[in-house]
Amino acid sequence: MAALKDSTSVGLALLPLGLALGVVITRAGLPWWCAPLFAAVVYAGSFEFLLVGLTVAATPLATIALTAFLVNVRHVFYALSFPLHRVRGRLAKGYSTFALTDEAYAMTTGGQAQSWSSARILSLQGIFQLYWVGGATTGALLGSLIPDRITGLDFAMTALFAILATDAVAERRNDLPTPVLALFSALAARLFFPGQLLLVAFSLFTAALLARHLATGKRSHHA
Amino acid sequence: MPDIRYLLLAAAVSAAITWALRAVPFTVLAPLRSSKTVQYLSTRMPAGVMVILLAYCLRDLPLPHSGAIPPLVALAVTIGLHLWRRNTLLSLIGGTTVNVALASTLFAH
Repeated sequence: MAALKDSTSVGLALLPLGLALGVVITRAGLPWWCAPLFAAVVYAGSFEFLLVGLTVAATPLATIALTAFLVNVRHVFYALSFPLHRVRGRLAKGYSTFALTDEAYAMTTGGQAQSWSSARILSLQGIFQLYWVGGATTGALLGSLIPDRITGLDFAMTALFAILATDAVAERRNDLPTPVLALFSALAARLFFPGQLLLVAFSLFTAALLARHLATGKRSHHA
Repeated sequence: MPDIRYLLLAAAVSAAITWALRAVPFTVLAPLRSSKTVQYLSTRMPAGVMVILLAYCLRDLPLPHSGAIPPLVALAVTIGLHLWRRNTLLSLIGGTTVNVALASTLFAH
């Protein structure tokens, strides 16, 4: 029950986002069942939007694999802070890593989640995926009812990350350098490696945090 | 329309890669969890990661073209609503509605 309450805000936000994905899938000319298939099996929001364009263009599977790797390689960094050690049981751990989306990561690494039990983390992830699959399927089935001149639904994903960023930054209000370093990492990656924005930005940001950690460590050592 | 076998394979390949990227690092990084440096990183990464994902969503903003106006206005509405009410659903629907309204009417191309 607690998980249902935790998941309402971000979980309900996944509904319109899933709807948008479903609409994008059928508008691109893919069969409707691609919506539940992508949403349930791949379950990586931003990549699913990309996968629509890739499959419509009949992109070779090797290219799809490479794109999946490059877009989702950021998840490697989530292992540093996602509380998998609090999830009990092999199957449960397996599902928990499978459903480790950006939204699940944001919700389970915040201050309020420090005491969450295994069941609470798992049910949060399960409810997120239900919202996502339900939204995408509904969007694919009802998408034809939306007139073609209505565009811009995909902004739902930008809005969701804007909200998650606002919450995460507000929670560390005395730590302005962290979001600033992240922003500069993203801008540098956008300018110099636009094709690899996420990978380069995450690497730069991690390197910058490490440098800052070393610098503050040295300073307190001398003091 | 792509054939069924291809679509199933595309989903399977994407799923395998995504899951591996999410699961394998835990076995590699588990021994590092107690390290001071990893603890330092883990408290600061979530905020930065979300900022970077937001920047990624805005990467193709057609600046200085007028097509960039709807998403920028919608972004301001989303963050403004969120700072004001702290209601995720309200901020998301408010921002997306503004974007759809502007992009489908005044800034339709």
